[in-house]
Amino acid sequence: MEPLSADQVRHIARLSRLALTDEEVEADRERLTALLGYAERIASLPLEGVEPLVHPTLEDDEEQTLRPDEPGAPFASDVIKGLAPATDGPYVRVPKVLGDGGGA
Amino acid sequence: MSLKQTSERVRAGAQRSVELVEAALKAASEQKSLNAFIDLHSDRARARATEVDKRIAIGDDPGPLAGVPVAIKDNLCTAHGRTTCASRMLEHYRSPFDATAVARLESAGAVVIGKTNLDEFAMGSCGEHSAFGATRNPRDPERVPGGSSSGSAAAVAAGIVPLALGSDTGGSIRQPAALCGLVGLKPTYGRVSRWGLVAFASSLDQIGPLAESVEDAALALSVLAGHDDRDATSARREVEPYHEGLDDTGELTVGVCRGLLDSDAVHPSVRVSYESAIDALAADGVTIREIELGMNAHAVAAYYLIAPAEASANLARFDGVRYGHRARVEQGEGLEAMYARSRAEGFGPEVKRRIMLGTHALSSGYHDEFYIRASRARRLIADDYARAFDGGADVILTPTTPGPAFRIGEKSSDPLALYLEDVFTVGANLAGLPAISVPFGTAEVDGSELPLGVQLLAPAWQERTLLRAARRIERLGG
Repeated sequence: MEPLSADQVRHIARLSRLALTDEEVEADRERLTALLGYAERIASLPLEGVEPLVHPTLEDDEEQTLRPDEPGAPFASDVIKGLAPATDGPYVRVPKVLGDGGGA
Repeated sequence: MSLKQTSERVRAGAQRSVELVEAALKAASEQKSLNAFIDLHSDRARARATEVDKRIAIGDDPGPLAGVPVAIKDNLCTAHGRTTCASRMLEHYRSPFDATAVARLESAGAVVIGKTNLDEFAMGSCGEHSAFGATRNPRDPERVPGGSSSGSAAAVAAGIVPLALGSDTGGSIRQPAALCGLVGLKPTYGRVSRWGLVAFASSLDQIGPLAESVEDAALALSVLAGHDDRDATSARREVEPYHEGLDDTGELTVGVCRGLLDSDAVHPSVRVSYESAIDALAADGVTIREIELGMNAHAVAAYYLIAPAEASANLARFDGVRYGHRARVEQGEGLEAMYARSRAEGFGPEVKRRIMLGTHALSSGYHDEFYIRASRARRLIADDYARAFDGGADVILTPTTPGPAFRIGEKSSDPLALYLEDVFTVGANLAGLPAISVPFGTAEVDGSELPLGVQLLAPAWQERTLLRAARRIERLGG
């Protein structure tokens, strides 16, 4: 396959929300190209009309059901808040979302 | 002494759990250079063991694993201590709950002594991709123990604990079991609850035991298996007493596929081990049937699109907002920069590579070419096994790995070479089948005698057949 360009790798990194250095982009360009090239061997298989298999054992299992939709005991908010990198009162604190520097 | 014998002695009051736990903690500290553990839970383990001993003293029965020290791969949540996934991303993460598999072991009387090292987020076949450093193979410390359940394999192989939990997405229990001379079992997809297992690839992940014998692995499965309301993919099928009747030697047909070994990448000693396993089974009265597994040549390619695709979605949750590592952002920088930098700092190179591979395989314009195509190939791979079983094979025999344990650093710069380490193991995950690695034969490399394993696969939910066949191979020796 065509080697990935540095811009393609940057695009994939952006979709992945990963800030990469130029050295990382270059190293990943080679390695991702090699891995995707290896994956292309699948194209030689007779795949026309084959239904994709996305879940190995659930297809025929009629017993598989969801649990009743009933509320369970929640974790204490202090426990959950204690995991957050930054909090403000009852809230999790994040950098600015809207406007300059925001992602939206 | 076996797991069963040990717990029976504890239950009979002939052996105190505190002594077992103390010995395990001592062995773990003495063999610290293996880097098998990320954290030891010494104080809690001692307290738990004391509790087990007290219960026995008053005539209570703590269960079939009473008082036995066990180790847990650090991608399984424990309410005590950290759950790091061997990642900077979760270096300080403390889970508010226990994984179901961990809770089940403890309800059966087992005592968790600590959390074991792994390839970061269970991505790797060497144990080198850990933010806490590489794990070493107790059989030869210059070599890898395999991965990703590297620390769990090393802890059992070093005699620190008789049982450890691993997770297996593409061979992560079976491959390290083979390279460390242990038994490693990946149950049928859905046999063991995944609640509390930090998700890597949700349609492939399954939790299972690493142990010194088939009987010990079977006993662990009897404890671990069963439906859990908190994992909708866990099956409601009846749990069988997997550890009973293991020595039944009824009629057995084993499917073998020598074509799988037609590759330069397969070490000559692996061919010898495979052929001698076939010969030994035939001499034991087992029917050997030649089968075709032609699609296996595409299994690694399909796996390394599907698993990263699922990983890219599962690992999207690590965004530096609610938990995990958050990067420092400058004034004027916003949320997007915080996401991208937190993830860049928190994830190691192999995890980043797989997220990017998966993101690409799912992205607009490439989804059909990569992900859908791989999922179609997945069906053809599963159909191959189904045909072999329909054709009369009760179980299928393959090697577990293409070679013995390699040197630390030997394959770390070439991801593709490392991915090909999984050539015999990924098929069971893609098809959801139960599979087990049993020690058989050795390889002589540079003066070291290294263990090898053979793998058995069975139809979904046929763990009893699988374990009986595995016990037979174990008895025939290597």
